[in-house]
Amino acid sequence: MASVPKPVELIQIESKPPDRPWMDNKAVLKEGTYCNAALPKWLEILDYPYPRRWSVTDDDWNLPENWKEIFLKAFEDRLNRFRSFRLFMDVCVRCGACADKCHYFIGGGDPKNMPVLRAELLRSIYRRYFTTAGKMFGRLAGARDLTEDVLKELFYYLYQCSECRRCSVFCPYGIDMAEMTILGRELLSSVGINIEWIMASVGSCYTTGSHIGAPPHAFKDTVDFFCDECEDITGIRPNPGFNRKGAEILFVAPSGDYFADPGTYNFMGYLLLFEYLGLDYTLSGYAAEGGNFGYFGSHEMGKRLNYKIYSEARRLGVKWILGGECGHMWRVINQYMDTWNGPADFLEEPVSPITGTKFENSAATKMVHICEFTADLIKHGKLHLDKSRNDHIIPTFHDSCNPARAFGFFEEPRYIIQNVCNNFYEMPRDTIREQTFCCGSGSGLNADENLELRMRGGLPRANAVRYVHEKYGVNHLSCICAVDRAVFPALMEYWVPGVDVTGVHEMVANALVFPGETERKTDLRLRPLKEFESEETDED
Amino acid sequence: MGCGYMGFSSAYYVSLFAVVILLFIPYLGVKVGLEVLFGIIVPYLAFITFFTGVIRRILTWARTPVPYRIPTTCGQNKTLPWVKRTIRDKFENPESVWYVIGRMFMEVFFFRSLFRNMRMELRPWQKYPEGGKLIYWSNKWLWIGALAFHYMFLVVLLRHLRLFMETSPSWVNFIERIDGFFILYSPTVYFSGIILVVSTVYLLLRRMYDTKVRYISLASDYFPLFLILGIGITGIIMRYFFRVDMVAVKELTLGLATFHPVIPDGIGVLFYIHLFLVCILFAYFPFSKLMHMPGVFFSVTRNMTANNRWVRHVNPWEYTPKLFSYMEQEDLYRKQMKKAGIPLEKDIDIEE
Repeated sequence: MASVPKPVELIQIESKPPDRPWMDNKAVLKEGTYCNAALPKWLEILDYPYPRRWSVTDDDWNLPENWKEIFLKAFEDRLNRFRSFRLFMDVCVRCGACADKCHYFIGGGDPKNMPVLRAELLRSIYRRYFTTAGKMFGRLAGARDLTEDVLKELFYYLYQCSECRRCSVFCPYGIDMAEMTILGRELLSSVGINIEWIMASVGSCYTTGSHIGAPPHAFKDTVDFFCDECEDITGIRPNPGFNRKGAEILFVAPSGDYFADPGTYNFMGYLLLFEYLGLDYTLSGYAAEGGNFGYFGSHEMGKRLNYKIYSEARRLGVKWILGGECGHMWRVINQYMDTWNGPADFLEEPVSPITGTKFENSAATKMVHICEFTADLIKHGKLHLDKSRNDHIIPTFHDSCNPARAFGFFEEPRYIIQNVCNNFYEMPRDTIREQTFCCGSGSGLNADENLELRMRGGLPRANAVRYVHEKYGVNHLSCICAVDRAVFPALMEYWVPGVDVTGVHEMVANALVFPGETERKTDLRLRPLKEFESEETDED
Repeated sequence: MGCGYMGFSSAYYVSLFAVVILLFIPYLGVKVGLEVLFGIIVPYLAFITFFTGVIRRILTWARTPVPYRIPTTCGQNKTLPWVKRTIRDKFENPESVWYVIGRMFMEVFFFRSLFRNMRMELRPWQKYPEGGKLIYWSNKWLWIGALAFHYMFLVVLLRHLRLFMETSPSWVNFIERIDGFFILYSPTVYFSGIILVVSTVYLLLRRMYDTKVRYISLASDYFPLFLILGIGITGIIMRYFFRVDMVAVKELTLGLATFHPVIPDGIGVLFYIHLFLVCILFAYFPFSKLMHMPGVFFSVTRNMTANNRWVRHVNPWEYTPKLFSYMEQEDLYRKQMKKAGIPLEKDIDIEE
């Protein structure tokens, strides 16, 4: 693995573009800023074309002989199927408003990471092969031939976009790089170019059930372990259903939440909350993954994975579905799920069994975000919360890209946080809500070999955390996304040591007072609560 | 490729050169008596090209399906009734068609998204261990420049309507009166033309001297700017410096509009140059980025309702791909699942 320069070195960012026109500057694929090529086995499992062994560093990517033809055919197909794609190819005026809005450009300075230019990489091909002006005037009309170098350049930069949509907020025509990146990655897949991190996750999700490759029994085993932990800490043992028919609610979380810390604490948080409520719910070893890794690079693969959720809800005969804290998952549930795999007419319009609240806003998808669910509980006074149990946590809140810009989910998590802890501070205005910055590792880019890019892309977020860390002593970055929880610990350690990462429901469970619980001296991570901190020190 | 002293790309020079050539074509043409070509044929051809081209492109967009409903949400989604939503949230995360119309209105008439623009700066900051701090400045210059450019273009265009009508409608007169109100001079000075030229120069200079924008600029970015600059400047010269015979000009333009084209005597060559550049702009429009004008109305991230969770969106070409069913998974892991006490569809006995 490439060693990442120290923060003081990495922050020396040269963002002045070269003098030569961009078409003359061949992409240099720099170690530490790309992800490894996908192994053939995943492509075989998933019926992707051209499984083969190849490496990004190879000169010859071992492409199919007629790759150009395939690629252009796929291009034309997308132009005919997606109005967004065709329009975004046609209407950009290159005003540059998006240029310094991309976290990869801010943290890396590579001009081809200005969203406008990243899109031009595709547009130049569009013009050359699909417009009269481009065919006639070639380069003068901003057109260029599709060559292997161009293909490699596309690979490099389409995998330096995390589909966060921040550029589309600032674009006067709403041009959305995320849309072009997904479609561009589809084009790359059509000639057998995929990255291992995504394809391994997708392949595992598809057959075993989740991106970590845990089959149903292993998932159940993990959950049992969490139940033990919960019991040790709180004296309360959760009792989740597993593939249980006839439960009222199917609960689907991102598998990141039962894979690694700090997501696991969040999963324990869900379990404790449900136990507190006596919720009639079940987990599933088939619909075991909320996070949709397929969607990172393909609409079709997104649909194939997302299918499992409704399919399982139907099989188990539940009334509605509750979804955990996850970013891309909620973009998919909000903007694609019903279109892909609906109508979910076999489910009922979700009603909270505790408060009786009808979730009218999910009347079609029949799927409720756990933060709405919990916010509603708090609003109705159904939770006995002791905020002081989170006094050792001084959180800020990171709006994850997709819930922010593909959903508009800002208030619910904030409402919860403010009701479960005493010291909440917002990051600066230009870095939150719809203007939030990506964690730097979204859309399948959180591969270890990609660490330098991730640290660069995470700079704007980390720098805003640094601000509240210095000013208010913020020591936790809270979020409602499993990718965030997976990648922020490394990002914080790199840029802002001393800041931990937490999910929202971990804090809910910390504050939740159970009837008949054992005296709580620690939080879910076995860290002493504030009032017991001195005691702990004495024992030491 | 040839880069000039300032590092301008060939795109810049080629565009400038193209517009200079375009200035000379009608000049030479009129010199050799081709007034009919430049006063009648070219305008009609340009007009036809403009309309057929724009309509064709719009039809292409309109015919392309919108498979998914993907608005970019810039405000709080409609959710539980007690969750706070400001009026801004309602427009920027529109739950109904009315709010979408509002959002589009703000986008089209006030360039809402461009108004958000800001400038990022990375400053050395010794108080932070990593030694740098990102600062975001409000930056409205592009917004102001773009707004000035587009509105003044519109005013100029509307003012020209008088040339195509026997008696100009009162609202055109009204626009003229406002437009000419601020600068007292004879002939009446219209500020719209002046601001149009000034804002075009701003957009051009920005493209030339902002290194980032220069790097992304193509010939098709410089060309329309030079062209519009040419149109503006020839127009201003004609009006204030070397006046053309307006009565004759109106005879010609009215002739075009009423399909009884005539070439009156005594129109200066400057007019033909001005007209030719306008024709080029119209003919060029449908094949260029200028299509952002009709295009903005088609932008799916702006013109769609954010109501996905309660109103189903249907994709006309949705198909069923290969799927992996629950039973396939159970078949893979039945034994282990049984051991783990997970209920099965097809139960089995396992030997202890």
